[in-house]
Amino acid sequence: MKLAITAAGDDLQAPLDPRFGRAARFILYDTETKEFDVVDNAQNLNAPQGAGVQSAETVSRLGAECLLTGHCGPKAFRTLTAAGIRIYTGLSGSVADAIHRYESGQLEAAADADVEGHWQ
Amino acid sequence: MKIAIASGKGGTGKTTVAVNLALSLPGPVQLLDCDVEEPNCHLFLKPDIQRQEAVGVPVPVVDPELCDLCGECGRICQFNAIVALKTRPLVFPELCHGCGGCHRICPREAIHEENRPIGDLIFGHRDGVTFVQGRLQIGQAMSPPLIRAVKKAADSDALCIIDSPPGTTCPVITAIRDSDYVVLVTEPTPFGLHDLRLAVETCRALGLPCGVVINRCDSGDERVTAYCRDEAIPVLLEIPDDRRIAEAYSRGTPAVDVLPELRREFQRLMKNIRDRIAGTPTPTR
Repeated sequence: MKLAITAAGDDLQAPLDPRFGRAARFILYDTETKEFDVVDNAQNLNAPQGAGVQSAETVSRLGAECLLTGHCGPKAFRTLTAAGIRIYTGLSGSVADAIHRYESGQLEAAADADVEGHWQ
Repeated sequence: MKIAIASGKGGTGKTTVAVNLALSLPGPVQLLDCDVEEPNCHLFLKPDIQRQEAVGVPVPVVDPELCDLCGECGRICQFNAIVALKTRPLVFPELCHGCGGCHRICPREAIHEENRPIGDLIFGHRDGVTFVQGRLQIGQAMSPPLIRAVKKAADSDALCIIDSPPGTTCPVITAIRDSDYVVLVTEPTPFGLHDLRLAVETCRALGLPCGVVINRCDSGDERVTAYCRDEAIPVLLEIPDDRRIAEAYSRGTPAVDVLPELRREFQRLMKNIRDRIAGTPTPTR
């Protein structure tokens, strides 16, 4: 199972980035091998619009099945859902904390976006 | 000939200059209200409205039967308005600028376009002034396609006075980009100067000639004048801080209706602009 976690740094001790669309990086964590990759999201950080849509496309392309983040807007939510990715919002602390909470079954998948879009 | 009235800072007097200039010139003159997010020229011009026309943006619709998920549509879109996923492409019409790129690039011809209304063009007339206003629908965030429609509705061979939105972002660029001259209206305050600098840089980046109108010229300090002198930007007109102009404004009356002598000032402004475009500027100050 591959998890995508929004991250402000490039290791598991890094703070979780509360933003999804404009997250600094994605950490892609494999729950079986316990290994992870870091994917830079700087291009989306500066996108004029649709950063959430593009980030969702990135996460989908990376093969993640779950997303752990702070907040997720309506267009990102729609895109992630269409890509078959489960979304967990409301997370904070470190990336490692988020993974631990997921693996110990403390999280419940989000049923809807938890914030308004920035565009309309 | 297109003369754009822009400002940087809002509330400096763009509409005042645009409307009074239009009313001071012998016709035919076209006044285009390109501040489509909050158009207000009509409050002063009070034109007879003749007709209204809806403006839309062509947005893509994907036929899932024809789409083979190649992803070309998502790759060409600069605005993330269409995204190709493993299962099906998603379209976000509110992000679409209507460029038609996805429709053209689709190798399977699986995309056709449908019109998404964003606002209206309103056509009117008063005393030799032909009026076109763009009015963005409430809740819409994307004004450039409507601004382009306003400009397209005008006769580009005749004189056009364009009332631009404030600021220096996409709507302003769209409003001023193909003008023959940009008039930057400012006020002699630190805020006016700060945003005037940005507006001047914008005009320079676009390669557009510009000059300055200082409104309420005796109300602040000398820094705008000094800046214009140092940067060799002509001060085309100075409008005094006159209570009669403010009172007329508050009633929706154009300044030239209460101070007819201002007409000559606006006519001089236009002559000055024409001379500058022709390359034979008359000395200003």
